[in-house]
Amino acid sequence: MRHIISVIVDNKPGELVRIAGLFSRRGFNIDSLAVGETENSAFSRITLVVTGDDQVIEQISKQLYKLIDTYKVVDLTPLNHIDREMLLVKVSVTPTTRSEVIEIANVFRAKIIDVGDKSLVTEITGDSDKIEGFISLLRRFGIMEMVRTGTVGIARG
Amino acid sequence: MTEKLKGSKILIESLKKENVDHIFGYPGGTVLEIYDELYDAEIKHYLVRHEQAAAHAADGYARSSGKVGVCLATSGPGATNLVTGIATAYMDSTPMVAITGNVSTWLIGKDSFQEADITGITMPITKHNFLVKDVNDLAVTVKKAFHIARSGRPGPVLIDIPKDVTANKAPFIYPDEVDIPSYRPTIKGSIKQIKSAIDLIHKAERPVILAGGGIVAANASEELRQFVELSQLPVASTLMALGAYPYNGPLSLKMPGMHGTAFANHAIHEADLLISIGMRFDDRITGKLSTFAPKAKIIHIDIDPAEIGKCMPTLVPIVGDARVVLKDMIHYLIENPLEPKKAWLAEIDALKAKFPLQYKRSDEFINPQFAVETIAKMTAGQAIMCTDVGTHQMWSAQYLDHQNPRQFISSGGLGTMGFGFPAAMGVQVANPDKLVIDITGDGSIQMNIQELSTVANYNLPVKVIILNNRYLGMVRQWQELFYNNRYSSVDLEGKQPDFVKVAQAYDVMGLRASTPAELPGVLEKAFAHNGPVFVDVVVNREENVFPMVPAGGVLNKMIGEKGGLEL
Ligand SMILES: Cc1ncc(C[n+]2csc(CCOP(=O)(O)OP(=O)(O)O)c2C)c(N)n1
Ligand SMILES: [Mg+2]
Repeated sequence: MRHIISVIVDNKPGELVRIAGLFSRRGFNIDSLAVGETENSAFSRITLVVTGDDQVIEQISKQLYKLIDTYKVVDLTPLNHIDREMLLVKVSVTPTTRSEVIEIANVFRAKIIDVGDKSLVTEITGDSDKIEGFISLLRRFGIMEMVRTGTVGIARG
Repeated sequence: MTEKLKGSKILIESLKKENVDHIFGYPGGTVLEIYDELYDAEIKHYLVRHEQAAAHAADGYARSSGKVGVCLATSGPGATNLVTGIATAYMDSTPMVAITGNVSTWLIGKDSFQEADITGITMPITKHNFLVKDVNDLAVTVKKAFHIARSGRPGPVLIDIPKDVTANKAPFIYPDEVDIPSYRPTIKGSIKQIKSAIDLIHKAERPVILAGGGIVAANASEELRQFVELSQLPVASTLMALGAYPYNGPLSLKMPGMHGTAFANHAIHEADLLISIGMRFDDRITGKLSTFAPKAKIIHIDIDPAEIGKCMPTLVPIVGDARVVLKDMIHYLIENPLEPKKAWLAEIDALKAKFPLQYKRSDEFINPQFAVETIAKMTAGQAIMCTDVGTHQMWSAQYLDHQNPRQFISSGGLGTMGFGFPAAMGVQVANPDKLVIDITGDGSIQMNIQELSTVANYNLPVKVIILNNRYLGMVRQWQELFYNNRYSSVDLEGKQPDFVKVAQAYDVMGLRASTPAELPGVLEKAFAHNGPVFVDVVVNREENVFPMVPAGGVLNKMIGEKGGLEL
């Protein structure tokens, strides 16, 4: 199962390496990763999306927590939470398909942020399913380039 | 205002605050400031002849004394030479602080002369590591390093100090206490869990205690003995726990696992409950996990929560310090005494009678097992034994008389050939009045044989006993059993040096024993000598270590469960 794990670490150089290294040497896979400062600049939050059965997820959490600079490890998945990722995608368009792409973007509440002769760049945020849905609808127009962030998540309430 | 001190002086003063009396190290360009400070410091520095030996010596020092061992090396090759020693300490959870010099801060990242990213290299083999970029952080970093190394599940911590940081000045303020909010090991076990554990023990019919190195690390040997006394349960001790419970005691199952006793392995296979304390279900103990102890529920006591459930599903996890948890268990056991498991103990006695540890006797050759037994008899549990890695190590585990904790020093997790001799040096430094013996192989000893120079230099009276089979014996055994006797790159007959002459070249006493009759006399001479000795014991070449659970096998299916005499 897919889990979103949120890790609070010291905001120091090298922390990301410790976590990435832990995953590679213990044979855990990272599906996506996002790093940024928290409300307190002394800490940063690393959000990891990982896939595994309960035993694997428990080991991942414990091994992360075992790192000396790790304050908190939370598996957001079983909690009531919100998660988002962001996608920038450059789609090739012709004068005839342009409006169709814009229409799809509107339906998904994506923004058009750049318009070229033969392409459009759109920006969308949402959970993974929404992003996947958007991508699959754009495929037939021709995706020239896309950039996708890792998932970030927060517990509700 | 506090007077400002150089980084190197701050380092030495900090080490003194941590009660460091001895350091093992090797100098070089980036640690010149530190060595200049050591020139007239109270801390005694032992100059090894290879940095790997410094790390192993610090490790042996720590394992035998419980104090943090300290090693020191220069940047680049000095630091990378420590790596095997750090990994060895990490796998066996030894408290150690490794200090390395590095190129000056402005040279870092420029592929400077003798630059190596040693914090990057050692990240997976240290409990934690630090690169100190500002002399103002040095003292507190040392404080944290020692705290991390010795608390919780102990382990090696590396401090990398660029050369300019050792030369720059800062006020020396050493904190009395250090609190790392992100690192607070759990010491006391949950009482609720402890009560469930006691409950399970009451209900079980065939329980076995699996004692691991965590018991030694927690200094919980006394508590383990009390617990066993009260519960009358059989105890198997892993390689890392040998001596935590008296090896030859009536309830001892000796060592389980790949080369464990057949009675320990059968007992574990039949057990309905395992009480695992400070052990981590290493594959050398379990064989294939899915067939390990198939009938047993598991109580797992460990200070490292990540160990619980890592290999085996656990019914009752107890996170805490082995000593503290055992004290609580003893309390509840006194409150709620256990009926002795008479039928089970009778079964175990029958297993012990049926499958004793045994080997072929010979008047002609020295069998390596006989050599170990002879050493055991002559030392009566009083010596500290170190080993290298190979068949001699397994026979040492099987046939020595392990009476006390911290008296069997061996590389378990990493299985590092070359560990024994330098570790023995560290043990001797920590225990100047003890007889310290290194039982080694003709292969292993050559992986750090240069330390003859160190023991000669400081007159460290370690007794190195080489069980010389002219083979990389353990590898040969696997090739015999699993590769059709194709002895690929293991036969060293006629290719080994004369170890007696090698020792003598370093001005170290060299002795040789070739027959069982002369062995005791030669050993006596070695033990009586007030200085280091190399004893070349010419042993029967193709002895195998039995019993043997093949890698990935099942514990109750051993090769040679009757010592191989039946084969
Ligand atoms: C550094 C290192 N290299 C290789 C090995 C693999 N290995 C394990 S035992 C062994 C043979 C050891 O030979 P020796 O020291 O003579 O001991 P014996 O088995 O003959 O008693 C080898 C090569 C190891 N454990 N460590
Ligand atoms: Mg050998």
